[in-house]
Amino acid sequence: MIDHKKIETNATLLLVLSFLVVTVGGIVEIAPLFYLENTIEKVDGMRPYTPLELAGRNIYVREGCYVCHSQMVRPMRDEVERYGHYSLAAESIYDHPFQWGSKRTGPDLARVGGRYSDEWHVQHLIDPRSVVPESIMPRYGHLATTDLRTDDIADHLNANAVLGVPYSGEMIGNARADLIAQARTDGEVEGLQIRYPKSQARDWDGDPGRLTEMDAIVAYLQMLGTLVDFTSYEPLADANLR
Amino acid sequence: MAMAQAGLLAAIALMAMLGAAMAHDSQFAIHMGLIALIALALAIYRLRTMDISGEAVPVAADVSGYMDGPVRYGAIATLFWGLAGFLVGVLIAWQLAFPELNLEPYLSFSRLRPLHTSAVIFAFGGNALICTSFYIVQRTCGARLALGNAAWFVFWGYQLFIVLAATGYLLGITQSKEYAEPEWYIDLWLTIVWVVYLAVFLGTLFKRKEPHIYVANWFFLSFIVTVALLHVVNNLAVPVSLLGSKSYPVFSGVQGALVEWWYAHNAVGFFLTAGFLGMMYYFVPKQVDRPVYSYRLSIVHFWSLIFLYIWAGPHHLHFTALPDWAQTLGMVFSIMLWMPSWGGMINGLMTLSGAWDKLRTDPIVRMMVISIAFYGMSTFEGPMMSIRTINSLSHYTDWTIGHVHSGALGWNGMITFGAIYFLVPKLWNRDRLYSLRYVNWHFWLATIGIVLYAASMWVSGIMQGLMWREYDGLGFLVYSFAESMEAMHPMYIIRALGGVLYLAGALIMAFNIWKTIRGDLRQEIPMGAVQAAE
Repeated sequence: MIDHKKIETNATLLLVLSFLVVTVGGIVEIAPLFYLENTIEKVDGMRPYTPLELAGRNIYVREGCYVCHSQMVRPMRDEVERYGHYSLAAESIYDHPFQWGSKRTGPDLARVGGRYSDEWHVQHLIDPRSVVPESIMPRYGHLATTDLRTDDIADHLNANAVLGVPYSGEMIGNARADLIAQARTDGEVEGLQIRYPKSQARDWDGDPGRLTEMDAIVAYLQMLGTLVDFTSYEPLADANLR
Repeated sequence: MAMAQAGLLAAIALMAMLGAAMAHDSQFAIHMGLIALIALALAIYRLRTMDISGEAVPVAADVSGYMDGPVRYGAIATLFWGLAGFLVGVLIAWQLAFPELNLEPYLSFSRLRPLHTSAVIFAFGGNALICTSFYIVQRTCGARLALGNAAWFVFWGYQLFIVLAATGYLLGITQSKEYAEPEWYIDLWLTIVWVVYLAVFLGTLFKRKEPHIYVANWFFLSFIVTVALLHVVNNLAVPVSLLGSKSYPVFSGVQGALVEWWYAHNAVGFFLTAGFLGMMYYFVPKQVDRPVYSYRLSIVHFWSLIFLYIWAGPHHLHFTALPDWAQTLGMVFSIMLWMPSWGGMINGLMTLSGAWDKLRTDPIVRMMVISIAFYGMSTFEGPMMSIRTINSLSHYTDWTIGHVHSGALGWNGMITFGAIYFLVPKLWNRDRLYSLRYVNWHFWLATIGIVLYAASMWVSGIMQGLMWREYDGLGFLVYSFAESMEAMHPMYIIRALGGVLYLAGALIMAFNIWKTIRGDLRQEIPMGAVQAAE
């Protein structure tokens, strides 16, 4: 060998060399994703999560839904037919953390938005087997009985803004009001819908008297995969070929 | 000194109590309360054991010159967390077969599964690595662990990390990043512990009396350094409040995905492979009393393994929104990785040259050999599954779960059991283990358990993958998702039974180790002896 003795008799050299050797792969693979322009497709319609959707997403993260549900439709014929258009990188740019998942014990959720009614989701989360007899999903009935925390929602938007999610000062300032407005059927939604186009407002959990975690998680599930306008998306445009 | 230490602990307790009182969420309050309680108990303990005679009392002479306290504690902790991790694994396996076993909110599958993976990888595997690396680095360097009581800090600090992470999952404190679930403040604490671990290990290497650094230590050193790098980069996050548990990871979407799988795949590559290869390179030659097969092969496979492993992450993201060039790089390097992996396997197995007869008489050797065999099998299966075409079928299915477990139960579990069986009689100064025949029982229960596990997951995974993509003659999808789930039910029961066998083997081990530490010897016919005619 090219005198390996030098390395194995010198702990510092061994440390430095092995560190250098393991950094190469990461630099070559990861760094370009931050500057190659075609990493993220050019699409219309993406916007940050509304405060209520973000709160719902945090419940999704807290409960560990990623353990059984992916949010990444692959471009195979059966997946596109089963779940809808394959997922784009552009669709998770505001996802801190990404929730693509790695296992489908349950079906993919990347485009579950709008596929079922609110009542179905509520019923399914409270007792999955009452609507899907074969289901092995745990019950999440406690979401319907737990009040949603709203006092710190502006801090959550702010932390995301620090990371580059385009939440404006106006969005952060109105965060709590927007959250409450979106969870009511009779809310003041004009500002909300200007700040967050395509956002829907209603009482999500069927319990108008109370703002629960169920409201937030259903609002999140119902918007998943619905933002990008696929009528204007050109998969074969140069900028979108990767 | 004691006063200062107690004072520091009391200050930490006070800070944690303030943190608990001002916490922004109840989960954070519980964690800070827990830390306050532990710090307070330690402070009181420190004061009560303080020497107030005013004169320096000589420390009891250590006969061996080695610091084996943390190694002894580490062996017990490894066993304890192993049992805990296997038990949770068996529970969640039954939950998948019978969903009524989910108890919301704290004991639902989605909160218990990270508890299982972390308990097995980081608590069982991590304690095994810290314990054996402290033992091996002292013996192969002829030097006592560096930095005095720092090794104790590493041991207890690591246990605190485990307790915070584990209780956090049950309370809903998680980043939901696979194998990196603990939140920001737990990550910070682990970083501190890990840096001290590196300092102790490297300090001991600096103190060595042997001119050469033994090959096992190359692997341990690169494992410690690389895990530090992976942990820090992947867990960069902005907390919502310094008094709350929730944070948002710095990277999002596609970049977040690749950073995460760069981390997670190399948690496999460096935590579960490089570190455990370090164990193999010490305990196998020791137990069979033969030198390592090839010095040249160890050099080649060490450098090629650590260079290639780090590239393999993107194979977890085939056909996703990750750009194709990155997927292809990940696939190519994963296939190349097959070679250094088998280099390690060959070096381990061939160390038995001239000592293969020990397989008949020594169940500890048997355990080590089957672990290397499982290492070889998983490191063939892995590169195969990283090929895009195969991955299109295997990804998202139970095939991956089976693959992971043949590595974790077969390779990591078995080599750890072998190492603990080797260590315990030496650490507690016993002639031999309580019973070698019990080791043999453990070996067979564990092996049959793994076979049931892996086989049922292959069937389940491939069936699931094929059902999802099956079309009828008219061009319609044949099966609904729910039908594929229903079909997996029998496989889930077989898998759970495999887990029960594996857990039963570990319980026999716990009994055997407990009796050995007590100093009991079981009267039994030696392994391999011809049984006397009646």
